[in-house]
Amino acid sequence: MRKYLGAALLVILGATAPMWLGGYYLGVFTTGFYFAVFAMAWDLLFGFAGMVNFGPTFLIGLGAYGAGILNNQGLGIPLSLVCGTAIAIGGGLLLALPAMRLRGPYFGLITLVAVLLLLDAIVIFAGTTGGEIGMMVPDVLSISARVNYWYAFVFMVISAVILYGISRSSLGLILQATGQDSVEAAALGFNVTKHRVAAFCISAFFSGLAGGMLTFYQGTASVDTVVDLAIAVQIIVAVVFGGRRTILGGILGAIFLILFDELLRPLGQLNTFVVSAITLCVILFFPDGVLGFAFRPRARQ
Amino acid sequence: MLALQILIDGFAISSLYGLGAIGFTLIFGVSGVLNLAHGGIMLIAAVLGWWLAANHGAGAYGGAAFGIVCGLIASFVTYFLVVRPIQRSRAIPAEEEEIFVLTATLLWGIMIQTGMDYLFTDNPVTLPAMIPGVMSIGGVRTPRNEILIAIICWVTIGLVWLLVNHTRLGKQLLAASINPRALTLLGFELSRIHLIVWTIYGVLAGLAGVLLASFFGVSSSSAGDLTASAFTIVILGGLGSVPGSLVAAYVVGYAETLTAYLIAPTLRPIPALIILVVVLYVRPQGLLGRR
Repeated sequence: MRKYLGAALLVILGATAPMWLGGYYLGVFTTGFYFAVFAMAWDLLFGFAGMVNFGPTFLIGLGAYGAGILNNQGLGIPLSLVCGTAIAIGGGLLLALPAMRLRGPYFGLITLVAVLLLLDAIVIFAGTTGGEIGMMVPDVLSISARVNYWYAFVFMVISAVILYGISRSSLGLILQATGQDSVEAAALGFNVTKHRVAAFCISAFFSGLAGGMLTFYQGTASVDTVVDLAIAVQIIVAVVFGGRRTILGGILGAIFLILFDELLRPLGQLNTFVVSAITLCVILFFPDGVLGFAFRPRARQ
Repeated sequence: MLALQILIDGFAISSLYGLGAIGFTLIFGVSGVLNLAHGGIMLIAAVLGWWLAANHGAGAYGGAAFGIVCGLIASFVTYFLVVRPIQRSRAIPAEEEEIFVLTATLLWGIMIQTGMDYLFTDNPVTLPAMIPGVMSIGGVRTPRNEILIAIICWVTIGLVWLLVNHTRLGKQLLAASINPRALTLLGFELSRIHLIVWTIYGVLAGLAGVLLASFFGVSSSSAGDLTASAFTIVILGGLGSVPGSLVAAYVVGYAETLTAYLIAPTLRPIPALIILVVVLYVRPQGLLGRR
């Protein structure tokens, strides 16, 4: 009960933020919310399906660049987003293919390679994608910081509700079972392949859509913001920090990362160092993350 | 002419890749750890070796020796501060240990990279050549240093082979990679064996970092690429298989050199990645890996 009360309080706090928060911090939170969706989508694959996916930015990048390129071809924002998301889901299916055969670090490396190949492709086709400089898109969601904040906030809350619902449904339970022991899950009569493919599609859907919306919020899609491996690391860090296998922990982790990045800006180059060090300590001392630590079962007491 | 050039350059690069990768694969084979801070450790050896050689007049050999010692220290720090606490933690379930080690060493690698970036900037550093001059092999002008590097790599690889296959210590390492529980039942201390393998790893990674700095130059921004290439080679060869890693090092080294010379230097990493995807799809355990 306290959990739901806390969640409701946070939603109210987030919803009223534009009334008392300055424009600059609204912008920071807007990016943070899209980031939170990336993290939650990744947690579904990692925490539940047990897939070590080092390449969340492969899906995000496909969604962002897919939507951006189509928008440059003259499609409207909604249609571009739909197509970009469809491309990302295609990418998710492509990743699901090796996931049928490979496990653990082998699969992890394939996802890493997928990101590297996407990076190379973006640089090679610099004519359409803008290469390392990035690609401008003609349309933006809105020019008002407040409206952008609302878009991001509502999108994040809806994504959180859906993903949390999925994680608590039978699909989430079966995914957890296949992640921990796929042979036994199959022996119990669950179709492992079907559920795994579903997990990839769902994760790709939210990653791609969030990537596309981030592009239309910022007005550009660039390698540094949606594809680079550093972004993948930040997503992983956000989930592990907030608590893996919680879905909602990703929101906490993403907002922590974005806020800390702002607060530590005076440190300059050292700020990545400090954030990594803090996260490393969290991993070593509280391996279940912040949410896992706060809501751990108190049976032993 | 071009063919010979590719053959020579590819050989030197591949030997270096092989040296970098065998430590990585050894540590996985014996203790089951995939160390994603690998590039960071090579980076520490390279940059600190350069720092002593260039700023304090230690010369090429003094700098290289200092770099290797630093690599060894970095390897111990990685083991005692990052890997061992996770292996001993009661809060982390055994089946998730692997993922935690991956994430923690990844973060540790980033800390090393940004720390070195802060202290020494990200300009590429190059160790002075160990022996100067060039010589001609069948008409191809090759720096003597490049030949020396290839020789050092192969001598070291040979020494590791002797150590693993023909000493009592090596037998313990092999046994630990096959069945650690049986080894502890026979009265061997497993943590001592882990310490030994991290020592070997530190020396190998340090040496590889120093030689890389002497050959190409290393910058702090390349730590991630170094880890990725070692990871690629080791997975392609089969995790835990030292001969597999060597074969894979040559496949990757020659694929990159051929692309750089014949197609375009910017496309250098792509063919190796495609080979990797195809091999893993057809043969998930890698070239010489066992299931």
